[in-house]
Amino acid sequence: MANELDWHRNKSGFAALLGPPLGWFLLFFAVPMAVVWAYSFGTNSGIADIEISGTFANYARALEPLYLGILGKSLAFAALATLICLIVAFPVALAISFAPPQLKTWLLIGVMLPFWTNLLIRTYALIAILRDEGLLNMALTSAFGWAGVGPLAIMNSNMAVMIGLVYVHLPFMVLPLYAALDRLDRSLIEAALDLGAGHVRAIFTIVVPLAVPGILSGLLLTFIPVLGSYLAPDLLGGPDSQMIANVIERQFKRANDWPFGAALAFLLMYLTLFGIAAQAMMQRKRPVD
Amino acid sequence: MADFTGASSWRGLSQSSWRGLSQSSWRGLSQSRLSRRSLMAAMGVAGIGLTLEACGAGKEAAADKLNFYTWDTYIGETTLADFEKASGVRVSTSYFATNDELFAKLKAGNPGYDVIVPSNEFVTRMRLADMLLPLDMEKIPNFKNIAPEFRDADYDPAPRHSVPYTWLVIGIGYRKSRVNGTPDSWKWLYDSDLYKGRIALTSESADLIRLGAKYLGRSLNGVDAATVKQVEEMLIRQKPNIKTFHEDNGQDLLLAGDVDLVMETNGDIAQIAIEDPDIAFVVPREGSLLNADTLCIPKGAPRPDLAHRFIDFLLDAEVGRHIIETILYPTPNAAAKALMPESYRTNPIVFPAGTGMEASEWGAFEGPEATRRFEESITRVRAA
Repeated sequence: MANELDWHRNKSGFAALLGPPLGWFLLFFAVPMAVVWAYSFGTNSGIADIEISGTFANYARALEPLYLGILGKSLAFAALATLICLIVAFPVALAISFAPPQLKTWLLIGVMLPFWTNLLIRTYALIAILRDEGLLNMALTSAFGWAGVGPLAIMNSNMAVMIGLVYVHLPFMVLPLYAALDRLDRSLIEAALDLGAGHVRAIFTIVVPLAVPGILSGLLLTFIPVLGSYLAPDLLGGPDSQMIANVIERQFKRANDWPFGAALAFLLMYLTLFGIAAQAMMQRKRPVD
Repeated sequence: MADFTGASSWRGLSQSSWRGLSQSSWRGLSQSRLSRRSLMAAMGVAGIGLTLEACGAGKEAAADKLNFYTWDTYIGETTLADFEKASGVRVSTSYFATNDELFAKLKAGNPGYDVIVPSNEFVTRMRLADMLLPLDMEKIPNFKNIAPEFRDADYDPAPRHSVPYTWLVIGIGYRKSRVNGTPDSWKWLYDSDLYKGRIALTSESADLIRLGAKYLGRSLNGVDAATVKQVEEMLIRQKPNIKTFHEDNGQDLLLAGDVDLVMETNGDIAQIAIEDPDIAFVVPREGSLLNADTLCIPKGAPRPDLAHRFIDFLLDAEVGRHIIETILYPTPNAAAKALMPESYRTNPIVFPAGTGMEASEWGAFEGPEATRRFEESITRVRAA
């Protein structure tokens, strides 16, 4: 093609295009990450100084049963929240992909709109809804109070944390699912229905298998930020709603133990990288259609 | 909120306007401790912060500007404007939510703050880390207004690096109609199922351990490993009775009816007691932890002379009175207190008295090892 740039011949153009993002990446992502990574091999010396001593003590401490237990619990929490997101998001994404084009835009905006509101405000809004004398309980008691339906004690529990996590991360699941479902060849579904499959069967034997790449990226996109959440457990949770990110946050603030916090954070990072690599390998095995 | 403000280290225009928005939204939603009048004041302060921060984006040490790093809603409604009128210096305010955030921000070098407001233990810690300038008391003549009992402080031995701004004591804030008598013991928070599911404790590890030690009849300073373990086991036993470990928003939980007893500071409870007469405060008879917030000049402050002038201005009797009127915290400023009405001077929440107060202690800075031990202990409690 005539208008296609040849990178081999136009090296300066290539450098001009690649330079700024690469510089940005190095300066504001790679370098800070390297510093924190170096901290994870450091020792606190004095009140405010960290000596990079090359010790593995921080990782050894991070692998103690106490912290592994918290990590395990966080993984379970994140897995459950991701699963709920998938179950809720799939019908939503399916409905959006089958909606008329004009409505589709509005529905997508509806999904993305919460992103325009700050996470903290959304979490406080949830507090106002869930708290013992909040909107939900006020509505419940005024509607069903005659039937003896009392206020629900949801606030400050693991249940509240789960509601918060699912609410906040739902768009991360809906959007990749929608992207996969929207590209789906509709004639395959018609064929399934013509050949006598019910709607449910058509969804599970035709739609779901074809949407697997979207499901996988949705799972990954949701699971990773959920695992790193600390606002929901802090503000919505009860005495035992601590997740690994809360522990990490406290090391950098109250405990003032940056090396240990860095080791915990990088433990999480190694796990995440492992997850992404696993997903990439699974996608490579899948034949390209 | 602590978390969010911590994240927004580079406060530009957008963050400032966000701050104004968040304040109106979440305060409204969560039935904040602030009355409407002071809510408007808080938003006004946010508005000022917006314009100043928008104008003062440059980092040059212009003489007509001062960078003040403090707690949110912790100054008189018009104090900063009054200072500008008196001196021609604009004060640009940024906020932190915890001492740790302040410490973390300054740890890597002062980004340009002239005056900061750390608590007493952090004064010790920042002095040890060589992060504070010694104050030139000649330039702060209004120090004479400070009550004698606050002039000398173990946390900041001579030469002075701080002057006290407010002081606080942790106690139990409670809803009178739902509690039997006066809950004047830490027992009700640490060691009893009488108020199951209706109590909230702080999430500050050091406070939890130290006040637990106090309940066990020991000093809150120099807590040994065995006592830490004992408090930890007590808290694990007590956990089913605890509704939550609050993030310094205990007063909101109490006001909204989520809990009936809460571990909080007297200043925070005094603010909501104005809105709700059913709320009271007690310093448990075993004694508690005294804290002070102080004014300091961090090393590397671009305008130390101006910073001294600002600190002196804040210690003025009339200025101090206006600040207290707005924030309603206990003041160490005797001259300012004398100008306040009877209702403040004799307010039993702002100035608690009795056995508990007499048994209370100032917390000393324990050093990084103890901090880590407290932290890990509470992590175990919460994971249990």
